[in-house]
Amino acid sequence: MLLGVLVVLVGVAIFPSRAVAQENPPTDDEVNAIAKGLYCPVCENVPLDVCPTLACKQWRDTIREKLALGWTKAQIEQYFVEQYGDRVLAAPPPHGLNWAVYLIPPAAFLVGVAVLVGAMRAWRRPPIQPRQTEQPTIEDPYLRRVEQELQERA
Amino acid sequence: MIEEVGYAALVLAFALALYGAGAAASGAKRQRPELVESARRAMLLSWPLISVAALAIIALLVSGRYDVEYVAKVTSSTMPTYLKVTALWGGQAGSLVFWSWLMAAFASAAGLRRWDRDRDLLPWVIVVTMVTLAFFLSLVIFVENPFRRLWLDPLGNTLTAFLRPAGARPLVPTDGQGLNPLLRHPGMVIHPPMLYLGFVSFVIPYAFAIAALVERRTDDRWIRVTRRWTLVAWLFLALGLILGGRWAYDVLGWGGYWGWDPVEIAAFMPFLSGTAFLHSVMVQEKKGMLKHWNVLLIILTYALVMFGTFLTRSGVLSSVHAFAQSAIGPMFFAFIGITSIVSVRLLLDRWGSLRGENQLNSLISRESLFLLNNFLFIIILAVCFLGVIFPLASELFTGQTVTVGPEWYERITGPLFAGLLLLMGIAPLSAYGSSSWRLLGRQLWVPGAASLLVPAGLLLSGVQNWAAVLGYWLAGLVALVTLYEFWRGAVARHRRHGERLPVALVRLAGRNRRRYGGYIIHLGVVLMALGIIGIELFQTQTQGTLARGEQLSLGRHVLVYEGLTQFTTPDGREISRAEVSVYKNGRFEGQLFPRQDFFVAANQPMTIPGVRSTLEEDLYVLLVGWEPIAQQGATFKVFDNPLVNFVWLGGVVFILGTLVAAWPDRETAPVRRRVPAGAWVSGD
Repeated sequence: MLLGVLVVLVGVAIFPSRAVAQENPPTDDEVNAIAKGLYCPVCENVPLDVCPTLACKQWRDTIREKLALGWTKAQIEQYFVEQYGDRVLAAPPPHGLNWAVYLIPPAAFLVGVAVLVGAMRAWRRPPIQPRQTEQPTIEDPYLRRVEQELQERA
Repeated sequence: MIEEVGYAALVLAFALALYGAGAAASGAKRQRPELVESARRAMLLSWPLISVAALAIIALLVSGRYDVEYVAKVTSSTMPTYLKVTALWGGQAGSLVFWSWLMAAFASAAGLRRWDRDRDLLPWVIVVTMVTLAFFLSLVIFVENPFRRLWLDPLGNTLTAFLRPAGARPLVPTDGQGLNPLLRHPGMVIHPPMLYLGFVSFVIPYAFAIAALVERRTDDRWIRVTRRWTLVAWLFLALGLILGGRWAYDVLGWGGYWGWDPVEIAAFMPFLSGTAFLHSVMVQEKKGMLKHWNVLLIILTYALVMFGTFLTRSGVLSSVHAFAQSAIGPMFFAFIGITSIVSVRLLLDRWGSLRGENQLNSLISRESLFLLNNFLFIIILAVCFLGVIFPLASELFTGQTVTVGPEWYERITGPLFAGLLLLMGIAPLSAYGSSSWRLLGRQLWVPGAASLLVPAGLLLSGVQNWAAVLGYWLAGLVALVTLYEFWRGAVARHRRHGERLPVALVRLAGRNRRRYGGYIIHLGVVLMALGIIGIELFQTQTQGTLARGEQLSLGRHVLVYEGLTQFTTPDGREISRAEVSVYKNGRFEGQLFPRQDFFVAANQPMTIPGVRSTLEEDLYVLLVGWEPIAQQGATFKVFDNPLVNFVWLGGVVFILGTLVAAWPDRETAPVRRRVPAGAWVSGD
């Protein structure tokens, strides 16, 4: 029995619970720091920290309560996800189909680079009908003259 | 009576649009100019007819005809007359009529131009514009009829129908619901027409591109004809986006101007493809290259214009902008699909004849850098598209809705925008055709070296945010390169013509408005970049609940809560207005009056910030109590938005630059001969 109590005490000393209640009540800024990354299902696309609806105020109050209980940001976010689903998070959590939003942009960039390089190589081959002269415009002679002068001065 | 006249005008315009499209196509195919001319007249007649319909709606709105469903939805007796008039585009049905009216106006303007040189293009321009017009008119005639009235059936149920249902009697509400409170703002009064003008203007270059494809024209005539149209479209889209940002800043109480909301992005996407198009067409004009790409870009822009309208009008997305929900989504979807498939099919058919006339001689030539610029714009566009459709796809395939918020967009597009800034700094110094690193280096070293003073100054002043240092360096590089270009040109003129430098500068810009207008636009972008980096990376905020006389600090600012007054207004608002004294570095700066307006009928709050604006920063104070607030205490959210006013200043410069670039060139004055009185001269 005594040994058991000692083990528990040592365990508590070594692995303190992360959920330790805050001594001071959470400030609005602490609440907003978490609310900024959350979206309520009703007010889509308006972050919780600036949403003026009563429902969102209640959510902020919930965050305040959880913070007062010593919950971490991750725990609070997880709480809202369990209650309302992934949509409350500012970005899709990386699992399943959601990986698409993280993988498609770099993939599209790489594919785009490949297409660009291919196009540039193709355009460096001799043309079919080289244009002999550019279409004259009103400005061109003037621009050419300016460029020519600048070249001479350089 | 008014509603019957309005609806009949719409039906007639719809019939004319269908006839115009059919007659123009038939006239072109059968080589019958009289049919084409008849189609052109039908096109010209559509605008006055839709004007009649629009005026009928305005008359109903202003006269408070609440038995008409649309009037009851978007107006109320407490609204001022100007808001009743602008409620024409405040709701679904009216905005579709407004879209059609603009489309008809632009089509008519295109139809009134001189067609001597482009007779082959005219019929197909009529076909494209009239098909687009017919589509929008079909939406208002068959689905979103703005003239539909309210009825009560014998069982007491409310019905909406244009014609009286059997046994029903008219329902006349004593008042309407009123325009969405968020839309009752001067910025929002102008913002939608600007966006619509931008959207509709892009239909014209698209119509010319399709006409050129049908007629197998491989020259750049369609681009030259529509250059100004494109710039005008771009100008209005830019104006719409800037005004929308200002509205969000003033009304939505986010503390910012851009929330990466899907509907904001819906307007931003055609702007991105349009910007890429504006750059790439220069390569075709100068070098006869990128012909496929330019057609593809304008097809994409047209599709994005339709997609943007679809997103805002179909109710497929729920956001602060997407107020309307209706059954027009499938029709839009089909129209976008069919027009895109037909356009791309046409392009593929003409692919062989549209091959470039020149080759790429250097990787750092102007055309190569424009290609890179296009690549970045399209990647940003793809990211935006993914962000908008992913929540829908997720819901469709997994049943799980997700949010794609600002952080995701900013993390991905930030480096891409930085890449665009870098290109803006280099491309103006590169030459078309052959170019070399050495030549470019010789041009670039002076402004490039000078620009290094920017990061050096920032680092010395203690700025440690590497993204900000990089961003401001790039902005500095673009500014210096652009100013250097103005300087070089002016000095060249000064030396050659002996003009004084200010005169040389003005004449320089006047002689090549497109180029120097573009440079002014670049300077506008630089100013906007200063503001965007400032607010994105250095915005600070705090929130606190204060009793009267207590203070809240944010950086060098101290706010003292002086008191709160609550009152109601004749237009149905319950207003809570706080009075706050602002001190900066201990010195009294003035008072701010942040307030909440609660629209009782709509049960909707609106947060109006109190803002103290300087070029250096905005102190943006929000009153954030949503429950009845005691006179003794209130909660405030305070933002310090550094450099944010450079966004608006940059916007003004941006618009000015676009106006310079789009301003019509002076026509060469015809040579006048002295003719004796009474003489007859051939051709006069």
